[in-house]
Parts: sequence; C-alpha cells; structure tokens
Amino acid sequence: MMSQNSDAITAKTKAAAVSDVGFRAFIRRLRKNKTAFIGGCAIIFFILVAIFGPFLTVHDPYHVDYTNKLLTPSSEHWFGTDHAGRDIFTRIIHGTSITLFIGFFSVIIGMVIGVLLGIISGFYGGIIDTIIMRFMDILLAFPGILLAIAIAGVLGGSLGNVIIAVAIFSIPSFARVVRGSTLALKKLEYIDAIKTLGAGDARIIFKHILPNILSPIIVQATIRMAYAILTASGLSFLGIGAQPPTPEWGAMLNDGRQFIFDYPHVALFPGLAIVAVVLAFNLFGDGLRDALDPKLKQR
Amino acid sequence: MTQPLLKVEDLKLYFPIKGGFFGRTINHVKAVDGISFEVYEGETLSIVGESGCGKSSTGRAILRLDEPTVGKIYFDGMDLLRLSKKQLRKKRKDIQIIFQDPYASLNPRQTVSQIIGEALEIQNIVPKEQRKARVEELLEKVGIASYQQDRYPHEFSGGQRQRIGIARALSVEPKLIICDEAVSALDVSIKAQILNLLKKLQQELRLTYLFISHDLGVVRHISDRIIVMYLGKIVESGDKKSIFENPQHPYTKALLSAIPVPDPEKEKERIVLKGDVPSPIDPPAGCRFHTRCPFATELCRKQEPELRSESHMKEGHMAACHYIHELASTPSKV
Repeated sequence: MMSQNSDAITAKTKAAAVSDVGFRAFIRRLRKNKTAFIGGCAIIFFILVAIFGPFLTVHDPYHVDYTNKLLTPSSEHWFGTDHAGRDIFTRIIHGTSITLFIGFFSVIIGMVIGVLLGIISGFYGGIIDTIIMRFMDILLAFPGILLAIAIAGVLGGSLGNVIIAVAIFSIPSFARVVRGSTLALKKLEYIDAIKTLGAGDARIIFKHILPNILSPIIVQATIRMAYAILTASGLSFLGIGAQPPTPEWGAMLNDGRQFIFDYPHVALFPGLAIVAVVLAFNLFGDGLRDALDPKLKQR
Repeated sequence: MTQPLLKVEDLKLYFPIKGGFFGRTINHVKAVDGISFEVYEGETLSIVGESGCGKSSTGRAILRLDEPTVGKIYFDGMDLLRLSKKQLRKKRKDIQIIFQDPYASLNPRQTVSQIIGEALEIQNIVPKEQRKARVEELLEKVGIASYQQDRYPHEFSGGQRQRIGIARALSVEPKLIICDEAVSALDVSIKAQILNLLKKLQQELRLTYLFISHDLGVVRHISDRIIVMYLGKIVESGDKKSIFENPQHPYTKALLSAIPVPDPEKEKERIVLKGDVPSPIDPPAGCRFHTRCPFATELCRKQEPELRSESHMKEGHMAACHYIHELASTPSKV
C-alpha cells in the first residue's frame, strides 16, 4: 500500500515536471493577462482573510451593544456599526469564510454532478443524451435566482439548503460544457485505440476523457463561483438563506436596507464586499479561459 | 488454399442521417455497401480508393468501432458480429489498428510507458511484475530507446509517435493489424522507415495486415493482394502483379495512370476522370462508376456489374465491369 502510494506520488511529480513546458507557458500567459492577475491576487487575498482574519479582529461579530448602534465609520469602528451596535468591519471579515464556503461547496457539488451527467450524455449519446440534456434545458429555462428561491423555499432557509439550491442550479452549465468537450474528444483516435484494446467504458471515461477535458471544467468552476456567491447572497438578502445573526454579507445587506437613507454605510460595505469577491472570480475566470485556450482570443 | 484468417461477407455500413422535426432517420450514407473479401494468414491485403470510398469505414466496421448494418465478419472462423460486448472485449486483442494521425492517436496526458503498460494491463498479457520489462522490449522492437519511455507524446516526432502507436498495437499480440492510412501523414523518408518496420515485424511475428491507403506507391511496396474500392463497392481485386500490370476496370486504370513516374522522357497515357465522386447518400444506379467512366453505355446505367473473372485474367483476379473483355485492348500501361 505504502509503496503504491509513493509510486503514485513519484509518478505525479514526474508528470508535473515533464508537462512543465505546457504548464509554465500557461502560467506565463496567465501572468501576462493583467485582469486575471489582479483577480487571482484578490482571490488569494480573500482566502487569506477568510482563514486568518477572524484571529486579527478586536471586536466580537455577535456582540450586541445598543449604546453604540448605527455609528458612522471611525478609527474605532472602521466600517461603522449596524442597528444592533455590532462592528460591521468585524462582521464582514467573519462573513468572508461563510461566503467563500458557500461558493466553494455549492460549485463542487454542482460540478461533480454536472460533469458526470455531461460525460455520460456525451459519451453514450442517443436516448440517454436526449433525456439528460432535455432535463438540463428545463433547469436552464428558469432564471437561476428564481430556481434557487424555489429550491431554498421548498427545503427551508438555512446555510446548507442554500448550498444545495445553488449547487442544483449550477449543474446544467457544467453538464453542457462537459458534454460538448466529450463529444469532440471521443472522436479522437486515441479513444478508438483504447477501445480497440478492449477497455471498458469506465476506464475510457475516467482515465482518458476526464483528464483531457479538465481545463474547460476549471474555467467553468471559477466563473460559476462568482454566480454562486451572488446567488447565495441574494437568497440571504431575501431572508431564505443564512439566518441572522450569521454575519453573511447578503443578510447584512438586508439588515442595512431599512436605514439606507440615513445610515448608508450599513448596507454599503457588505455590498462592496460582495461586488469585490464576485468581480475577482469573474476576472480570474475570464483570464483563465484565455490562458487555457489561447486560440479563443489572441491579442 | 488455406482457411482465411478474416472473412468478410456482404458487409454493409450505413450511417443514418437524422433530420425533420423529431430527428427521424431521413436517409443513409452508404459508406460500405455490400463488400466481401478474405484475408489469409501472413499476407498483406491492401484496400485502395479515393477518399470517401469506404475503405476506412471497412476497417472500422471490422473492429466494430462503427457497428456494421448487415453482414458477417468471420475471424478465425468466429463471427465477430455475434459476440456480446464482453466476449468482444476479450477477442479484441487479436485485431489491432494503427491510425493515420500520429498526433491524435496517443493520449497527451500519458507517458509512453503508461500507454503501452495500459494495453498490457487491459488484456492482462503478462504478469504485473513483468510488465515493465515487456514495455521496454516492445519499445525496442519498434525503435524507441527505453530511456525515452517516461516522456510524453508531445516530446516525440510524428514518425516516433507512429512507432509508439505500432508498439501499442503489438503489445496485445494481435494476429491481424489494420493499418488505416498508417503512413499517409508522414513525410517520405519517415514513411519508408515505418513501412520497412512494418515489413520486418510482419516477418518476425507472422502478422497479417489489412492495409488501407490511397497511396498506390506505398501499396505497391507492401501488398500481396489489392482490393480497389469505389463508392462503397469493390470494383477490382487481385494479386499485386495483376492489378498493377493488368488492370481490368476502367477506374483502376485511371487510378494507376495517376501515379507520377519519375522519368520525364517516358510517354504516359493519362486517363483523367471527369467530375467528383457521386454522393454515397444516393449512389448512381447500375454501375456506380458510370457517371465518370469514359466507356459507359446504357447497360452500365441500368445493370450493376458483378465481380467476375475472364480467361485472360490470372486466377483470383476479378473486376466488376460489363466490358472487361472489350476493354482488354485499351491502354493500361503505367
């Protein structure tokens, strides 16, 4: 078992070392792309904030203090305080991990299911393809947020249910991308060659098709992260996502809604945080797509 | 003669064309339309023809990469088309294929030793401990040094990749190898090397080749017997000498006259065909070649000619033309 493991690891490092030519070129293209570089740095920044931020804040995100409610930004409370006197800056820092967590897990779940359905659809074709893809069309026909509202509404409002709702509505986009890539790939001769050697379908799908369609999947996942975060915030804003007093950005935005004319900072800062994260993922996703597929866009 | 290794009987491969509101089948592309032939152990049988004549489809149908519409394919006396999916997977080791495009035929994410090792693993040819040694042996056989085995396909040239493809095909110890335009994508010097490698391997391992090509020069170099196809049908078949020196069908004559001769002094009768190959969706009635044949008559338009032999032809040499006898005196020198 041990030796097998270490074998696998050496094989992996070897693979990484050898395919470095392609990988290095990819990194070079990615770094040349300024927007992608900025997006990538911002994502890394948010991840660091999510991990280390909560240890560095001085206030308690849940501590209610009515004597200090609705304070405007100051050196003590950088982003001011909300209607319950909680420090908004601290709450945003603590909310970062929640937001990234929702985005990450909903995309992972949606990706796994979507990729499986797409690969099966593209590989087998025929009636299976028709059934799966028509079902995906039905999902796509709904506006994403409406579908998420419906699902979250049926399941009830909680963080876990938001993840499930967002995951379901990102399935079709993965299924479509993967199906298309699979269709193109299965016509290649090395798939025929491995079939001629007598390989079973599972081997062909997981060892020969999946590794070769990873790049569009990664791009799709990055772009989908932005949608997922936006939708999750939207659900929380509408009150069917994360429940107060969770410092979720969408829920905080909703809290600030009532005071938007007198104390705009209560809604402004959570809103800006959402914009920043969504923008970061979008920029990075676009740049990633250009870097992975230089044929698509050459400047 | 001995028992044929591969016997194809009345093979048809139609591809449906979907259309209309509910995606009904509205027509078929008749890629291969009823061909029969035999391949004997140890020989090289070539199938030649223009692109779109069904030669590659024939190879793919034999491997069941595309399911044949009707027909029988006997391999070693066993009908391949009646095998279940599971039985077929076992049987697949006996027939392998070498592809045209050396850039598309290797998985870019596997090293050479993984590619060949996987073939050994699938068919469980040698015990696990011996696999590594066997991979090296196979690579050596096709002229790839063993220190190169951990490299990826993109680090090799086209000719080397084709050698790797050959090693992969050999790894499962097949009896028959279908070479589907195996050297068409290579440049001339590499082409010769690969052809000589294939010849050497054939002698060493007693292989049988079904060689699919449009390149008559290559075919002349490697074949024992030749089949000429046109629009999904066999128009002429026979041993190499008969086809090249005594072609009977006007199409074969036209094909042969198109081979460039490296001698500017030599007078050459050139038969230039008019027009394009008709659509295989709706092939011409009667003889399929009549739309382009300079000798076509009313009979050719109405009645389809059978493959047959005449007294002036060698045994086993057959052509599908109504006027073999009458055309025997027309020029056919190459």
